[in-house]
Amino acid sequence: MALVELKNVSKIYQVGDEEIRALDNITLDIESGEFISIIGPSGSGKSTLMHLLGCLDTPTHGTLTLDGIQIQNASPMQLAAIRNRKIGFVFQSFNLLPKLNVAQNIEVPMIYAGVPARERHERVMEALKRVNLENRARHRPMQLSGGQQQRVAIARALINNPRIVFADEPTGNLDTHTGETILSLFRELSQHGHTIVLVTHNPEIAAVTPRKIEIRDGKISLTLDERLSGKNLHIQS
Amino acid sequence: MIFWNSIIVGFKQIWSYKFRSFLTMLGISLGVSSLIAMSAIVNGMENGMKEGFIASGGLDKVVIDDQSVPTYQEHLAEMAPGKTMKDIDALRANASMLKHISPEISTNTRYAFRGDIRTRASEITGVTEDALFINQHEIEYGRWFTKLDEENGSPVCVIGTQIRDELFGNPDVIGEEIIPLGEQIIIGEQLFTIVGMFQHYESEVARRERLEKRAAQALLPKGPEKAFKPTVTSTDNSRSWGPRRGRGGGWAFDRKNSTIYIPLKTALVRFRIAEDSLQLDDIDIQVADYEKLEDSLQQTRNILMITHNGIEDFTFNTQESNSETIEQSIQNSRRSGTIISIIALIVGGIGVMNIMLASISERIREIGLRKAMGATNSAVFTQIIIESIVLSSLGGLIGLAISYGLVYIVGSLSTSNAPVIKIENLIISMSFAIIIGLIAGLYPSLKAAKLDPIQALRYE
Repeated sequence: MALVELKNVSKIYQVGDEEIRALDNITLDIESGEFISIIGPSGSGKSTLMHLLGCLDTPTHGTLTLDGIQIQNASPMQLAAIRNRKIGFVFQSFNLLPKLNVAQNIEVPMIYAGVPARERHERVMEALKRVNLENRARHRPMQLSGGQQQRVAIARALINNPRIVFADEPTGNLDTHTGETILSLFRELSQHGHTIVLVTHNPEIAAVTPRKIEIRDGKISLTLDERLSGKNLHIQS
Repeated sequence: MIFWNSIIVGFKQIWSYKFRSFLTMLGISLGVSSLIAMSAIVNGMENGMKEGFIASGGLDKVVIDDQSVPTYQEHLAEMAPGKTMKDIDALRANASMLKHISPEISTNTRYAFRGDIRTRASEITGVTEDALFINQHEIEYGRWFTKLDEENGSPVCVIGTQIRDELFGNPDVIGEEIIPLGEQIIIGEQLFTIVGMFQHYESEVARRERLEKRAAQALLPKGPEKAFKPTVTSTDNSRSWGPRRGRGGGWAFDRKNSTIYIPLKTALVRFRIAEDSLQLDDIDIQVADYEKLEDSLQQTRNILMITHNGIEDFTFNTQESNSETIEQSIQNSRRSGTIISIIALIVGGIGVMNIMLASISERIREIGLRKAMGATNSAVFTQIIIESIVLSSLGGLIGLAISYGLVYIVGSLSTSNAPVIKIENLIISMSFAIIIGLIAGLYPSLKAAKLDPIQALRYE
């Protein structure tokens, strides 16, 4: 069974009398350990898809299963618990809490998971080592460069050993060189077995992932998978 | 754990907006400090009034007053006997429920002289020993009147300390205590010998203050001995019976201290020249059991109706009505003070709510992020409400400090009040601050908890 299974998922927003189909009948599987990108221009519905996959929202129609758990009927409290333990987020603007130092920022998801203080500290140091920032634990986010901040955000996303990590335009606020180091960090994490979903509008960035899904007008317009005979084009209607 | 963390986050939040938080807390602080200071002042007032009340005779003292005869007896008004020794004899013989019966004849003069020094007494009255018990006098120096004094109508008197202060010298001014036993003073152009002096009556506060003053004076180097030169108008009125009186209920003590008692018969034979009947000016009685006040008064009434030939020209004036007035006025001040303070607290609470709303709208992204990382709605709610409570509790603590300052200032400015801070007032006020913080935090916390994580993350 795939880690994430979407079957005929639609998300419909009601704006006044108008019905907006942000996602229209999407069926998609993401396997455990996969490195996948979701591409599409703004307004295509890729963010809506990420919100559904990230359990920030529930679908209007269809079923969504994450790690064997049905999401479409879950309560807000169950969703919060799933987000806490199974999902990690990396954002374009890093979204670190400015009043907390690096270690405290990374600690936050563990506080909501109820991890005891001593273990929290150990795991924070481990995570900082993994992103090469072990000597920055007491710095404030504002004292770090953009690339360093994004690495802190990645360390935070990974801290509860989530089943899947969503990165929403993770290089959008970074220069090309720094962006590349972040992308190679993701690739490295993927090689260590993490499931990573890259959401971007930039095909160049999407190029780092073996599988790419393109969203247009709420539908999957194109799926590229290098693993299937290299340059195979598979067009879905 | 989330709880403890929220408290720390709350403190950090307050610290990072020091000035804003301080202004907000000030509202709560003022509410709390006014609540505490108000109750302290009312406590002081209450203590003073109660002391004064007890000093002027307790609840069980009843004064028999004259009353114009009722309408149906109007034609008998001429025959109304008034208060006489006959009443006293009858009451002494028959009123089993009375403990003391004190006949009083006033001298119609208020002034006592020593040479050309004059003093004004609160009363110069002819009494029997019962007056001592009813008005709770204690003779500290000398003696009470002997049987002989009473039968002969001797020109002797027992005085209060204030009379001594003004005629012979105030120990606080001249530095030594004069006991004027055997000295002679002039009352109503007749020489009286002082045979006894009461103890000095004063409220707790006044006593403490006087002892402190004396201790402070003892530390000063002693100057050349000054001869005491009493003047008609004393400049030092720390113990004078004048417009500036002692603290809380002090008038009662001052009144008591400037009493002059002479034997009943002395008053009669020396100040009532041409009257054959033993007309009394006053009858004070003390009931044996306050619980049976009504019955005791009924018994007294029955006896007096006989001696007064059935004409009801008297009435009872109990202290109960005074006591009720005192209670009422204390309760009123307490109530109005509490209302004002609670309004101040509510205004402070509105400030807290305002600042919490500002704080969450500044942190919408943070809240969205926390939710994305797995914070449940209740975790967000807890965090915000604890911040609110921490804010108002800190305000409350500052208020406690301010209240001590306020009470000190009021205590040193006011001559009629010695505020008392009670521990329960502190606890109640702090609880109010915490509850206000809780209530003020409810709406912002709910608002934060209900934020949609997607909207909140997108918020710029």
